[in-house]
Amino acid sequence: MSLTRRDVEKIAHLARLKITEQEMPVYVRSLSSIVEFVNELARVDTESVEPMAHPLIGQHQRLRPDVVTQGDQHEKYQRNAPQVQAGLYVVPRVIE
Amino acid sequence: MLHDLSIGELAERLAGRKVSSLELTRHFLDRIERLNPALNALVTVTADAALASAREADRRLAAGERGRLLGIPLIHKDIFCTDGVRTSCGSRMLEGFIAPYDATIVARLKAAGAVMLGKANMDEFAMGSSNETSFYGPVRNPWDPAKVPGGSSGGSAAASAARLAPYTTGTDTGGSIRQPAALTGVTGVKPTYGRVSRYGMIAFASSLDQAGVLAQSAADAAAVLEVMAGFDPKDSTSVDVPVPDYPALLEAPLEGLKIGLLREFFDGLEARNARLIRDALEVLTSLGAKTLEVSLPHLPMSVPTYYVVAPAECSSNLSRFDGVRYGYRCKEPVDLTDLYERSRGEGFGAEVKRRIMTGTYVLSAGYFDAYYLKAQKVRRLITDDFRAAFEQVDLLAGPTTPTPAFAIGAKVDDPVTMYLNDIYTIGANLAGLPGVSAPCGFVDGLPVGLQLIGPHFSEAKLLCAAHRFQRATDWHTRRPPGYE
Repeated sequence: MSLTRRDVEKIAHLARLKITEQEMPVYVRSLSSIVEFVNELARVDTESVEPMAHPLIGQHQRLRPDVVTQGDQHEKYQRNAPQVQAGLYVVPRVIE
Repeated sequence: MLHDLSIGELAERLAGRKVSSLELTRHFLDRIERLNPALNALVTVTADAALASAREADRRLAAGERGRLLGIPLIHKDIFCTDGVRTSCGSRMLEGFIAPYDATIVARLKAAGAVMLGKANMDEFAMGSSNETSFYGPVRNPWDPAKVPGGSSGGSAAASAARLAPYTTGTDTGGSIRQPAALTGVTGVKPTYGRVSRYGMIAFASSLDQAGVLAQSAADAAAVLEVMAGFDPKDSTSVDVPVPDYPALLEAPLEGLKIGLLREFFDGLEARNARLIRDALEVLTSLGAKTLEVSLPHLPMSVPTYYVVAPAECSSNLSRFDGVRYGYRCKEPVDLTDLYERSRGEGFGAEVKRRIMTGTYVLSAGYFDAYYLKAQKVRRLITDDFRAAFEQVDLLAGPTTPTPAFAIGAKVDDPVTMYLNDIYTIGANLAGLPGVSAPCGFVDGLPVGLQLIGPHFSEAKLLCAAHRFQRATDWHTRRPPGYE
């Protein structure tokens, strides 16, 4: 298999995803399968080909004037928050 | 019956006050109530809001206002933020999420007087080709409930095919409008990248995602696209190009239209599917088009390219779902890391986690050059192949999918088998090109789609070709048994 359990544990940690003991072999198998599949790309000759990040030519990141166009709407946006206090999002203690 | 009428016919009756938006809305809400349980095409039904919108539309009509979509119901794919209405993206992660704003396309359709009936089921976070990855259960194909409707806009496609609404919206990142449209016998349109605003559309792969429409015909799709499309300053990838009056351009003659047949599309295509595509092309040539064989040598690399680029972009886009500000939060997190890991581990389904991890891998130190950078170079080669082809032809034609709808559960074991369903559609996403799928026949009682792909901003030509095809055939008027 192209990926080991250790590889998948490392990737899962980078992605902040908890994979259970039970799920681990399934992910090792399926991710290995996907990686083997995309390894096909190595066969393509891309000597002196520029990478393409955007499908259209001549487009570039548009900028806008640095002015406020929407006011403070935090109350509206925080209605979906799991836990809010004084306009702040509450999470488990970060700093000891 | 009201659900047999085209958007144009509905608009005429509404304008002539032969039917009210309220009656029309009630008619479709009733169909949803009776027919949706067998399909599971909708995650949320917004009956009260729909009736209120319908009354508002009737008020506007009574005041003399006219519009192609005014008073006509629709269903939005549950990937579009809809103000005050749950927007789940087919995921447990957003099960309780009430969108605090409207996506631009939702706002535009609302301003045009469209009446939203509800939100369509979809593959989770738009990742899938069968609508089996939804947290809310699979969607069934109205042509055969044991079969998938395709994905990720499976709910939208099933709802359109079953006439639960005159049209539905969808999104297409690797084929997610065109493929389900083909499998359910409706007309699906994926516009050029940048043609339709992505603001308020929950992001999967930002350089590939596009919003579009699934309708009963190219003519109907033209009316909807004209309202959806257009520059949006809130989407930094929105292109400032005027929107043609698509409905006005549908009757252009096809004489001299050069249609390229991709050798790579026909190699290995199953015989009965291939026959239907060739028959469809004969219809187009009888209308004046000419066909030429063309080749896109790098096209077979489009699926591996996509499965590096799309997961990479999704791993970045889905990092915002961390249990902190919105979305699912795990119970009793012990620390911040636990909060992130379990909220995401529990909130996301398996396919989403697979893609996030694939993306994380190909972007990680030591692998970035070999995978992500490499894929971006192959993407350029594929795009250049399309550009070269469009110097010889006006449009490309071929099948939308390798086979008609497959059985629910048939392909869930190996992700790569599922990924190969998008073999004909993915190239257009990588190159940012517009594409249409139109019904062109049946194999074993299941719909087959003809795909047309055009150069950037050639939607008018694509819709015209599909429309002329539909005037000469009646595949798009067929009804799934039981949904007449």
